Amino acid sequence: MHLSEITSSGFFFLAPWLVFAPLAGLLINMIFANRFKFSENLIGGIASAASGVAFIVSILLTYSLSLQHGEAARWRLAEWFSIGSLSLDWTFRMDTLSTTMMLVVSGVGTLIHIYAIGYMREDVRFKHEEGRFARFFIFLNLFLASMLVLVSGDSYLMLFVGWEGVGFCSFLLIGFWFEMDTLGRSSWANSNAAKKAFIANRVGDFGFLIASFLIFWNLGQSLQFDQVFEAAKNAPPGVIVAITLFLLLGVAGKSAQIPLYIWLPDAMAGPTPVSALMHAATMVTAGVYLVTRSAPFYNLVPDAQYIVAMVGAITALFAATIAVGQYDIKKVLAYSTISQLGFMVAAVGMGAYVAGFFHLIAHAFFKALLFLSAGSIILGIERGHHHAEHAEHADKSKSKKGKKEEHGHAEHGEEAFDPGDMRNMGGMRKTMPVTFWMYLIGALALSGIFPFAGFWSKDEILLDAKLHYPAAYWLLTIAAFFTAFYMGRQIWMVFFGEARTAPAKHAQESPKVMTLPLVALAILSVGGGALNFPFEGFHNLGHWLEHTLGEVESMPLNLQVAGVSTLLALIAIGISWLIYGRKPLQNGEPDPLKKALGFIYTGMENKWFVDEGYAALVIKPFDKLSQFLADVVDWRFWHDFVHERLIAGTYNWISAIALDKYSDKQGIDAFANGLATVSQRLSAGMRKIQNGFVRSYALSILLGVVLILSYLIFK
Amino acid sequence: MTSDLIVFIVLALIAIASALGMAFSQNTVYAALYLVLNFIVVAVFYLLLGAPFIAMAQITVYAGAIMVLFVFVIMLLGVQGLPPSQTLPWQKPLAVLLAVVLAVQSIYLLLARAPLAQTLVDPDASINTTNNLQQMALTLFSDYLLPFEITSILLLVAMVGAIVLSKHDKKAGTSHDAA
Amino acid sequence: MTPLNYYIALSAILFSIGVLGVLVRRNPLIIFMSIELMLNAANLAFVAFGRSFEIANGKPFFSGQIFVFFVIAVAAAEVAVGLALIVEIFKTKNTVNIDDVNSLKG
Repeated sequence: MHLSEITSSGFFFLAPWLVFAPLAGLLINMIFANRFKFSENLIGGIASAASGVAFIVSILLTYSLSLQHGEAARWRLAEWFSIGSLSLDWTFRMDTLSTTMMLVVSGVGTLIHIYAIGYMREDVRFKHEEGRFARFFIFLNLFLASMLVLVSGDSYLMLFVGWEGVGFCSFLLIGFWFEMDTLGRSSWANSNAAKKAFIANRVGDFGFLIASFLIFWNLGQSLQFDQVFEAAKNAPPGVIVAITLFLLLGVAGKSAQIPLYIWLPDAMAGPTPVSALMHAATMVTAGVYLVTRSAPFYNLVPDAQYIVAMVGAITALFAATIAVGQYDIKKVLAYSTISQLGFMVAAVGMGAYVAGFFHLIAHAFFKALLFLSAGSIILGIERGHHHAEHAEHADKSKSKKGKKEEHGHAEHGEEAFDPGDMRNMGGMRKTMPVTFWMYLIGALALSGIFPFAGFWSKDEILLDAKLHYPAAYWLLTIAAFFTAFYMGRQIWMVFFGEARTAPAKHAQESPKVMTLPLVALAILSVGGGALNFPFEGFHNLGHWLEHTLGEVESMPLNLQVAGVSTLLALIAIGISWLIYGRKPLQNGEPDPLKKALGFIYTGMENKWFVDEGYAALVIKPFDKLSQFLADVVDWRFWHDFVHERLIAGTYNWISAIALDKYSDKQGIDAFANGLATVSQRLSAGMRKIQNGFVRSYALSILLGVVLILSYLIFK
Repeated sequence: MTSDLIVFIVLALIAIASALGMAFSQNTVYAALYLVLNFIVVAVFYLLLGAPFIAMAQITVYAGAIMVLFVFVIMLLGVQGLPPSQTLPWQKPLAVLLAVVLAVQSIYLLLARAPLAQTLVDPDASINTTNNLQQMALTLFSDYLLPFEITSILLLVAMVGAIVLSKHDKKAGTSHDAA
Repeated sequence: MTPLNYYIALSAILFSIGVLGVLVRRNPLIIFMSIELMLNAANLAFVAFGRSFEIANGKPFFSGQIFVFFVIAVAAAEVAVGLALIVEIFKTKNTVNIDDVNSLKG
């Protein structure tokens, strides 16, 4: 791993535009969009173009990197700050690892930007907030800029800047509809979800910070990657273990692993493109990137690797079981994301960085596809809902109609209709054919069916696990089984059978601006496996990343592992057909799995009561403690007793008796008045010199000059 | 006494005489013309000191442009002398005294304390060639590029300042009309 | 072959005459011209001193002359603003006697 400090060749000088292009887009939209009444297409076009520029820059950087055979390059933009001997620069780091992330982030990001033009146009209308259209794209571009800072940073500090930036954007975008809940009713549910995500991430960030401090003080007072990795070779192993475990806490926060995953399902409160971009494809993979980036640390301490791998594997299985019991189409995908992130974390924990990264890329494709399709379905049902409402109103008394329309979507009917609930869907295959096919491709890729991208990447992880960590292998294999099952369940419930509600019946297909990105992602989901076929001569990604990660073990396809996982997936899909496909769910009927599994299903449905557990174990004691501290300790003891009685009382007594009478009036006042009198008299004398004639002022200057010269002569 | 020295002394006398003439002539136009003469003499000194570029700049910018500006303003304001002053009666003797002291002191300081003052100046010395100008331009546009650019900004500021000062204040006029 | 100190002495004398002009005259235009004379005297000293450092670090040394160049530029700027000020004072006070401009006093 050699670094060319000053790179004159190639397109590396373009590196800053990775960040500046999205920033420019957001500035244009922020300053001009609402002032000059930009059309929605223009706003979205500017944002998408900004993202597209970042993508083109990523391609050029990758190309330049391939020209010099993957030898990492750095581009120093500016000095950030320097304190004493510590000097930190804003340096862009282009190695095979970071450019791969850049390509994924900006490429998928651009597609999602385009999709969002269509999605937000309708979403803001359903919620009667057309003015927020530009804001959404500003946030989206800000996110992209932060994410690219994260992946292009050359030190843990720059990585942390991006890390916090994306966390903040996540907060902004989850709480985009901050004054309503996911159904559009007036409540603080969405902003609470945003806060939850922010706080859970903060716990993780705490770990990251501690790890950074440990790195700084123990590894040569630097945060630059190459320097600390070099220093780590001679560091005591205990320090490295501590660093890696604190980093793992950061990873658990950002990449939604046990025990901090709880924020990700709630993050679905954000608009669907956000869920796709940040909470599936890019931001949450930052943790995986962090572990891969810190590979030199993890390689030194196998124990820490084992912990990371097990955390990932357990998360993968745990989240997969919860996904089975969810009804909300996006919640299923959210738990699926946690589960798949578990796969990736397990892989990078095992040291199978290429496999983890391969899965990261493939997952970015098909999970973005799934989320965007889910968004398309939800909007399709919203359209159907409005269609049905209009028909209903037309039948009913026409005088009421106009009045009721003004109240907006939120107040329609007694109970709000949930367009994301799979129990309200059914038979969508016929109403939304394009979305159906795209969703099917995504689901097959996620389930790991040959020859979709997920098959190759998942099998590579499983193979690595089987060779090194048998326990993790079994956990992950079972998780893969559940994955196929819940995706099958979802496909049967959403697309097959008959429509269970009127909106689902009247659902309409989405416009081209939304379906075309879906098609692009679907093509990537089908062909993404080609990045790293497990055959001799095809380990492209592996060889590419080798330049950054060092020697990588590239393994041929293991038919046993692939066979077992594919067979399990097919069995799972078969079971899901038996339960949900053969006899479609009727409206109002409970989930058939509930009867079969009983309390286990109740557990899945309620997310194993983890949120309640957190509430009882952490939040309630915390509230109680803070109440106690505020009421008893702070107010009664500290304020009433110490401050009011002891300090203020004593002070008042002393000042009234002793100071006011003697020292103040007769001492200080007299002195101050005397000073004033003296300066008054002095100034009256001085005023005569200030006569207003410029010539005499000049004369005094000359006098001064002559005196100074005299001093110089006679000294 | 070499011929160089004779030239120097004659020119120095003209310079001092024209300076005194400028400072004490009652007619402002005469004062300006004395100053022009002084500038031209100093320009000749520059030539003797091997600085042809500065000499030309002195004549075109100082004796030419700046003095034309002076004469222009003099014509604008009128040339009549001022009545004898009643104010500051002790200003004049004190000023003369201090100026003489200053001259003595500075000559003493510069001659007695400056180690280089004994050097001889040869008007035919090596750098007094065409190469001189080229070298100076190179120095000016490399080592002194930033001051040079700042000077251009300063000139712009001065131009804007002069325009602002001499512009009629239209707002005040309209408010006056309204009142 | 003129000794350098002759030039220095001449520069000091011209400077003192300039100082005298500033202090004695009441016509702001002449005061201004005296200031120009002082600048000129300083320039002469610059060029004269620069002459004694003909070569520094192996190449011709021009800092003295370049300084003079800057002084001339600054003087031009100063004259532009200064004369505009004088014209403005004349317009408001209708006099060019500097002693009449004495309203700023204690």
